[in-house]
Amino acid sequence: MRKKFIITALAPVLFALGAGNLGGDEFDQEDIDRWQEQFMQVVQEGRALWTDGTLGSNGVACAQCHPNAANTHPETYPKFQKQMGRVVDLWEMFNWCLQHPLEGEELAADDDKMIALIAYARHERRGVALEPGKH
Amino acid sequence: MTQSNRRKFMQRAASMAAVGTLPLTYVKLGRSEQSAEFSFAFLSDSHIQHIRGNEFVRNWDRGLIRAVAETNLLNPKPDFVIYGGDLAQLGTKPELDHGAELLSALNYDIHPILGEHDYYLDLGEYWSDIFKRPHYYSFDHKGVHFVMLNSILTYDEWTFERWPTAEQRMNEMAGLDNPNGSPFLVGDPQREWLKKDLAEVDKSTPIVVVSHSPLQKIYKGWNFWTDDAEQMQAILAPFDKVTVLYGHVHQIQYNQIGNISFTSAMATAWPWPYPGSYAQAEHFLPVLTVPMNRADPFFERDATGWQFVDVHTGRAAVHYNLYDNAVRTVAWNEDTGRPEDSVFQDPAARIPPQQHY
Repeated sequence: MRKKFIITALAPVLFALGAGNLGGDEFDQEDIDRWQEQFMQVVQEGRALWTDGTLGSNGVACAQCHPNAANTHPETYPKFQKQMGRVVDLWEMFNWCLQHPLEGEELAADDDKMIALIAYARHERRGVALEPGKH
Repeated sequence: MTQSNRRKFMQRAASMAAVGTLPLTYVKLGRSEQSAEFSFAFLSDSHIQHIRGNEFVRNWDRGLIRAVAETNLLNPKPDFVIYGGDLAQLGTKPELDHGAELLSALNYDIHPILGEHDYYLDLGEYWSDIFKRPHYYSFDHKGVHFVMLNSILTYDEWTFERWPTAEQRMNEMAGLDNPNGSPFLVGDPQREWLKKDLAEVDKSTPIVVVSHSPLQKIYKGWNFWTDDAEQMQAILAPFDKVTVLYGHVHQIQYNQIGNISFTSAMATAWPWPYPGSYAQAEHFLPVLTVPMNRADPFFERDATGWQFVDVHTGRAAVHYNLYDNAVRTVAWNEDTGRPEDSVFQDPAARIPPQQHY
């Protein structure tokens, strides 16, 4: 009852906003620029982490073996990883690297740092066709 | 070396490859006079990395320790070892000391050159102290003239004016893909020295040049590049047989430019991607190069390895020995006048792991 009342009460306000061309399916160049800026900010955070010797425990950074995130081929995930014996996603391979070459701790799949690392790697690989499962 | 000794050597090399081989470059020089044949080993790019106190990155330590141990087991014994630079990661005394200590287990004399990771903290001062070597030099050995270069210099403004501290300068150059880095140079003074050095060498004398960076332009973004490469090639052009051995790239590369054969060394530390696997930039990997197998990250010594080189009448045949893959041979082809892979040069003969994407 209460929820229905609130929606009813807001209806005139929502209608007024819609009349001002601010419907949910409308966006303009300003929005696109802002969303891209938000994305690139996370890419930059990912680049900073990629080159950060303190991400793991031994001073080794991702970029030491993967300059410009090369040879991570993010367009091929998920794929069968023979050493793990199953189909894995990119974040699981990143965790493998964090734990072994970097001798550090794994990150949750939705950890801001993991999302930033993936954003950076995928940004460096932009334009390459998706080929999930490719070896 | 007699044919039968040579066969024994090849068998030994093959059996060593079978049990797991070493990330160094084993070089055998042969000339038309059999008595002048000799061999040397070539190790490179160990990137010994200090963590704190007496802790160093285990993975990179193990690469060099294994290379040194297996070099000592080589039979026939090489005459000496060439070290191709980047012994350290950030050029610190602990790293250079620790790296030199690991190298000191070698039973052979070492002829080292500088890499950028050894140089940009104190501009090679401590490196010279411990190795008792100038930054560039030459020597003769059994009729072959060796030129040991410092090819990782760069423009003076970058080296002497741009950075507030030596530590920052080192860190900026240490990042392979760092856009704040600077292209490598042999530079005017060293090129002048080289011209004088070579003026006294007969044009028919085989020349082996050892540089850290490739004296050819492959990919500027990662400094697989030397800015005055063409000038260096021009200095070497008058000689009949020139072999340039280089480090830095952590992967198999080979090329032929005029009379100059280029051969890279694998790292003892870790492999690098081929430039073509970076989708955002143009590169110039020599079309002649058949790439090494894509690395398996789960096996930390994979895609590191070693090679030895036969130089028949002054031309090189390079045997790449990889830890976890089939041995590769890149040999001089008299008919085509260039080095070619003995198995994989024909595109139809290549195998899926050689696809880098």
